[in-house]
Amino acid sequence: MKTFALIGNPNCGKTTLFNALTGSTAHVGNWPGVTVDKREGVYKDGGKKIKIVDLPGIYSLSPYTPEELIARNFILSDEPDAIVNIVDATNLERNLYLTTQILEIDIPVIIALNMMDEVEKSGDKINLSKLEKQLGVPVVAISALKGSGLKQLMDRADSMQNKRVGTTILKGSMDEHLDKAVDFYRRENNSSPLFHAVKLLENDEIELKKSGAAEIVESFGNVDLEAAIADARYSYISENLAVAKSKGNGQTLTKSDKIDKVLTHRIWAIPIFLLVLFAIFHLTFSENLLFLNGFGDSTAWMPSLVECGLAVEEDGETVYNNFGVEILAVFYDGTVYSPGVMLTNFLNLFLDHISSGVVTLMQNAGAAEWTVGLVGDGILGGIFAVLGFLPQILVLFLFFSILEDTGYMARIAFVLDRIFRRFGLSGRAFMPMIMGFGCSVPATVNTRTLADDKERTATIRVIPFFSCGAKLPILTAVAGGIVAAFGVGNADVITFGMYILGIAAAIVCVLLMRNTSLKGDTPPFIMELPTYRMPGFKNLMLHLWDKTKHFIKKAFTIIFASTVIIWLLSHLSWNWNYLSDEEMQNSILASLGMLLQPLFTPLGFGSQLGEFGWVFAVAVITGLVAKENVIATFTTLAICISAYAGSGTQDGVQELVGLIDVITQSSQVPQQQFIAALIAFIAFNMTTIPCFAACATAKSELQKGKFKWTLLFWLVASYVVGAAVYTVGSWWWTVFIWLAAVVAVSVVIVLKNKEKKK
Amino acid sequence: MTKMLSEFTVGESGKIIKVFGEGRVRRRLLDMGVTPGASLILRKKAPLGDPVEITVRGYELTLRKSEAACVEVEVL
Repeated sequence: MKTFALIGNPNCGKTTLFNALTGSTAHVGNWPGVTVDKREGVYKDGGKKIKIVDLPGIYSLSPYTPEELIARNFILSDEPDAIVNIVDATNLERNLYLTTQILEIDIPVIIALNMMDEVEKSGDKINLSKLEKQLGVPVVAISALKGSGLKQLMDRADSMQNKRVGTTILKGSMDEHLDKAVDFYRRENNSSPLFHAVKLLENDEIELKKSGAAEIVESFGNVDLEAAIADARYSYISENLAVAKSKGNGQTLTKSDKIDKVLTHRIWAIPIFLLVLFAIFHLTFSENLLFLNGFGDSTAWMPSLVECGLAVEEDGETVYNNFGVEILAVFYDGTVYSPGVMLTNFLNLFLDHISSGVVTLMQNAGAAEWTVGLVGDGILGGIFAVLGFLPQILVLFLFFSILEDTGYMARIAFVLDRIFRRFGLSGRAFMPMIMGFGCSVPATVNTRTLADDKERTATIRVIPFFSCGAKLPILTAVAGGIVAAFGVGNADVITFGMYILGIAAAIVCVLLMRNTSLKGDTPPFIMELPTYRMPGFKNLMLHLWDKTKHFIKKAFTIIFASTVIIWLLSHLSWNWNYLSDEEMQNSILASLGMLLQPLFTPLGFGSQLGEFGWVFAVAVITGLVAKENVIATFTTLAICISAYAGSGTQDGVQELVGLIDVITQSSQVPQQQFIAALIAFIAFNMTTIPCFAACATAKSELQKGKFKWTLLFWLVASYVVGAAVYTVGSWWWTVFIWLAAVVAVSVVIVLKNKEKKK
Repeated sequence: MTKMLSEFTVGESGKIIKVFGEGRVRRRLLDMGVTPGASLILRKKAPLGDPVEITVRGYELTLRKSEAACVEVEVL
């Protein structure tokens, strides 16, 4: 099977083309040694099969970012049968810059000229045959979005000759230097001598390492070939190739410019951005869509279903009159839900019926009490609790994909760079951080766009502080539990406050690291601001499907295994006897939890919570596997301990309330301290070691030897944050002690850095 | 008249004379089309005054003032 490599600039439609060519055959892995996405798929046409490898989007083949290195190494060492170079026709000049470099390699090349339709719409024309003649390789016009021209592209690519000798547009003044370098690589028997030679003239780090290469460069004397070569490429392109220019000299305002005028406005840019962010989270998580039900409880006016006479309250559980009302409750129950919540409710309605159906079936069949418990509470309860979060995670992902695909994400980086620089990061670090709100795994992978290693390390370390989708249930459940059990506060305010706390912790930690262990200059911020575009529906859906697959796989493997193990540990005593729910005090899990419980005393959810306080310690441990487990564990344990009678709500609030009541009664812990402890519990989980998947990703993305320090960093950070929240929450005056500590640490660091400078 | 790109005001345009700096900043500028001879226009500044956005070679590029200080431009 032939292998074709797809290569092109970021934002040129490469991913769209890859999806269109490979369809369902695509699979995503990692490049060896790094976790940059390695996407591979098979193009099928009749009996013909061609393997397609999608290389990361790059502007140049220089050695400064991991993406550029991967693309370069793959092409040079794996030698694909052909390179398919995607060129954005609306921005020929810059896209062809990469093309001129690719043409220097001894591999057949074909140009896929994407978005020709847009160029034609704006009235410009590109002369294909002229372009083909100038470049010396086939050029095919395609529309990746509409899927047109793909067959022609692949047919022509397939019928190309197997061999091609690299060509360069660099002529004239540097011929002599180039010949000398090419000779050197020929003597060394290198493949693609022309490519290497040109790179050597550019003072390329990698080429200079080759023995004998540095001497050649030295023999040229003091000439600036690097700038001359870049200039020669661009000059050649604008003189010979850029037949159509999509934009004039800035006199006319395109649609993109008009949008940009508003979104990056001097005054409105930041408020608009905050509004967008708020809208996204509101539409995903709010239970009061567009504040139709007023702002807060005092202004709420919508009647609940019970008040309408459509449902009745029984033992703290709502029983709906008929199935129609149950469906209605997905969308409305005393308040209109947001789309994210509606989807969650809908899925949970479905899962609830499966769960209760299975339990009834088993009871009717006369199954033993412990098997019903294992299947109902342990297996189904645990998995469904996790699956219940999927809709909101996906909605959140959808919004962020839209932001990314429209080009707004790059503008946000532009607007915020100034702020991020204060912390020693670039505006680009913002993107992985904000993605962290969805899931730490893709966010960590996304740090590849940061060229600076120290900036990357610092960013990766604080990504978990941006509370991910899986941590949200901890927030909503515990916050909901606090409000329901103590009748104080507002769950939304607590949730929002915790997000802010996470961000604040991230800022403090980045500042700390950039001034101590990860000192260095602020990395450069030279970035394209892509034209605004409507995102492609198909691409968005493919992206979401990838996420869904990943999540469900996780739910049914790691999380499934751990919920079963936890159920077993909590229902078995040390001598392997089955314990009923009421006897959980004697289980293996309880004794493990009790052992660790004192460790959490400074954070408020340790020894002071008395005989049942160990559930918090256990939840922290299970959360190390996957954060979804924290609430799943609570649900399982709460049902047992508080002998909670209902079938269980998916968000875990009811179970938590039961648990809080039991603990309050048994330990007599003062209300304020208990609330502070619960909030400290959220804070601890938000900032501590993330889930297995995130840890594995961080380990492979970080430089060697950095991971163990990162683990330690997470532990210390979460312990300090948790302790601060608990003490300040319980005794407000301790805030001064913490402030004094912060001042003391800052002074020491500043003084030390000054001393070093001297 | 020549001056550094970092001293440009919004709407000013010019032709690049020389690109200073070294290592990856310079390489990146060159790769992105900020090469001697290219013409550019300063489109806007970010809300906080930095970074700036320029149009060069038919597309929008953003760079910081500190990076713009590496680019010498002849004002047109």
